[in-house]
Amino acid sequence: MLTFPPPPETTSAIETLRREVRDFLAVELKDRKPMDRARTWTGFDADFSRKMGERGWIAMTWPKRYGGHERSALERYVVMEEMLAAGAPVAAHWISDRQSGPLLLKVGTEAQREAILPKIARGECFFAIGMSEPDSGSDLAATRTRATPVEGGFRVNGTKVWTTEAHQCHYMILFCRTGTQEDRKGGTSQFLVDLKTPGITIRPILDVAGEHHFNEIVLEDVFLPQSALVGKLGDGWDQVMGELAFERSGPERFLSSFVLLTELIRELGPDASDEAKAVIGRLTGHLMTLRYLSRSVAGLLQKGENPALHAAVVKDLGALYEQAMPDVVRQLVGIEPSLTSGNDLSEVLGYITLTAPSFSLRGGTREILRGIIARGLGLR
Amino acid sequence: MSESDEIVLDSTRRLFDDLFPRDEASRRDETAWPAQAWASVEELGLPLALLSEDQGGFGLSAETLAGIMALAGEAALPLPLAETMIATRLLGVSGIEAPQGPLSIAPAPSGGRIQATREGAGLRLSGVLPRVPWGAQAAGIVLVADTAEGPCLALLRPADYRVSAGKNLAGEPRDDVALDGAIDGAFVRPGDCAARDLKALGAAFRAMAMAGSIGRVLAMSVAYANERVQFGRPIGKFQAIQQNLAIVAGQAAASAGAAAIAAEAVSGRGGRLAMAAAKLRTGEAAGIVASIAHQVHGAIGCTHEHSLHIHTRRLWSWRDEFGNEAEWSRELGEHVVGLGADGLWPFVTSL
Ligand SMILES: Cc1cc2nc3c(=O)[nH]c(=O)nc-3n(C[C@H](O)[C@H](O)[C@H](O)COP(=O)(O)OP(=O)(O)OC[C@H]3O[C@@H](n4cnc5c(N)ncnc54)[C@H](O)[C@@H]3O)c2cc1C
Repeated sequence: MLTFPPPPETTSAIETLRREVRDFLAVELKDRKPMDRARTWTGFDADFSRKMGERGWIAMTWPKRYGGHERSALERYVVMEEMLAAGAPVAAHWISDRQSGPLLLKVGTEAQREAILPKIARGECFFAIGMSEPDSGSDLAATRTRATPVEGGFRVNGTKVWTTEAHQCHYMILFCRTGTQEDRKGGTSQFLVDLKTPGITIRPILDVAGEHHFNEIVLEDVFLPQSALVGKLGDGWDQVMGELAFERSGPERFLSSFVLLTELIRELGPDASDEAKAVIGRLTGHLMTLRYLSRSVAGLLQKGENPALHAAVVKDLGALYEQAMPDVVRQLVGIEPSLTSGNDLSEVLGYITLTAPSFSLRGGTREILRGIIARGLGLR
Repeated sequence: MSESDEIVLDSTRRLFDDLFPRDEASRRDETAWPAQAWASVEELGLPLALLSEDQGGFGLSAETLAGIMALAGEAALPLPLAETMIATRLLGVSGIEAPQGPLSIAPAPSGGRIQATREGAGLRLSGVLPRVPWGAQAAGIVLVADTAEGPCLALLRPADYRVSAGKNLAGEPRDDVALDGAIDGAFVRPGDCAARDLKALGAAFRAMAMAGSIGRVLAMSVAYANERVQFGRPIGKFQAIQQNLAIVAGQAAASAGAAAIAAEAVSGRGGRLAMAAAKLRTGEAAGIVASIAHQVHGAIGCTHEHSLHIHTRRLWSWRDEFGNEAEWSRELGEHVVGLGADGLWPFVTSL
């Protein structure tokens, strides 16, 4: 069956790094309120990303010649988990660092790498994920956006949706059709798209909280030069699957609502009831276990393995854990969720209540992940 | 994992398979003490495994310890291996010579059920130790009792107590042990930290065994789903079954992670609170897994003939032994609440 090897040993270098990150965050986030801390990998702050780039905390594992820092996957993990636990606004560079950059590093052309990767590493270049479409969600291979070969490149038509922060990003990795509709997987490719290219319209879609972070992107006769192709023509599906292993495996899949837990503990105070203690202890035990599994996945990534199945398991467990949290809080503390109450716990509870449904949708729905796990078990 | 650790795991696996073949699990005699099997386990040196190499043990890595206990869980090993390993280690640390044969452990029961008073270097004990694993079979029981002067570790020998037999839901001996007499100072050590943790050690070992048992239940359920045909196809082809078994796989992964945390704690990293986390997490998984496994197996899984119950009855027992989820959650929670909101993350990352 699926085994999770022990995570790489922590070293004194790693503990030093952890202290550096904490010291940095103590200053940077001094006045950040819990409600804002709850938006961590959904909190877009280009200035903050640039500061992280200056510190060398983006592109940590990439080769130096592309602006990276050649550090270990575990060091990168430590920076990520410290950022998330502190509620730092890391959304701007999160996707470039997590998946778009690594994709270019793996299959991009030399010109793409040289042009883009150092900018990502400096925290100055932000990416959006152009996978989902109105008629292609879980069934990603049903993509209908099409890139047609023309003189010198491709002409693209179609619509992408739910494209997180596209309105504030420089580029999008576009997943679309280049072959026939029947060749569901083999007929797809990926492109590096400058979001300022003529023919691209980005429109906001407001979420349940009335906030704007995702978008609809309409592509009308958008010309992409041949050099925009990422990887090989027809390799889109395999490349996207590799990307999803990065997208699913990180600590953001169980630390999104960490602030809710800390604010709950603050509200309960040292004289919490036995019942409350039991709840806090249970959540802590779950958190410790998830973190162990997630660090194990970081170790597998470090070894160059593709822990897609492990990542699916951790993401599913993480979503279960996080989605149960709002209910736990409201049953324990007689408090109403509200975005405007002025009470920290109530506001964080309100925010997490509204965003929790997305935890088991984005990055692959619960049912899709469990399908992947079932395949791993030999059932499909 | 080192080569010698791999050899230990390999020979352990072969021995357990040999002693308790999986396909005969349901035909086990749960009433007799499997003396021959215990002798083989002793011969392999497993009861001493937790001792350092110069004490005659293996100097096991945490990973291998978790591996051995997972194998014990997978085999539903009907022997006090965990108890003997713990007792041997505590006696080794205390400098009391361990008796030959299987040993057991008894943490101080709550609610003043045991009266313990120091008598010179010795200890006077009265009361009943409830549900001591293999109490009747043990060549000695390591007890931790609370005295007015603090906790005290003692080795009880069979002449020191009277046993009345009992069983847990899985048919494993859980015997009440009645005490009324004095224990010589040679077998008594006033408390240190190791002594206080007897219950936590028991919990850590149950967590590791539960992870193994859960892994086995997952494998059995997947195999059954691929084999059982209804509506013209294996039931494993139905999405509802697939999704449920994926839940089991998730719980199995969480249990294995928690068991690894337990093993590291036994090896010195994390201590009692890490053991608490491991026990509460695996205990929770045990209930979820047992219920889905029975659902997948249908009526045949409810029979004595089928060996699913060899595992599910253990899961339903072990999650309550050495403290259930609520108890350990409370203890861990008390610590976290005491640290305060901003202490949680440093605590979690220190482990
Ligand atoms: C906050 C947020 C941010 C996002 N950001 C991005 C982004 O930046 N870029 C991007 O490309 N996408 C993004 N997405 C989209 C996300 O990837 C999709 O929501 C997801 O893939 C599911 O697609 P869908 O919403 O169309 O749901 P559908 O696929 O229509 O699914 C609806 C329901 O049907 C179930 N279902 C579907 N197929 C099956 C099946 N075979 N068996 C059983 N059940 C099934 C699903 O599990 C789900 O419960 C984002 C989504 C959210 C919520």
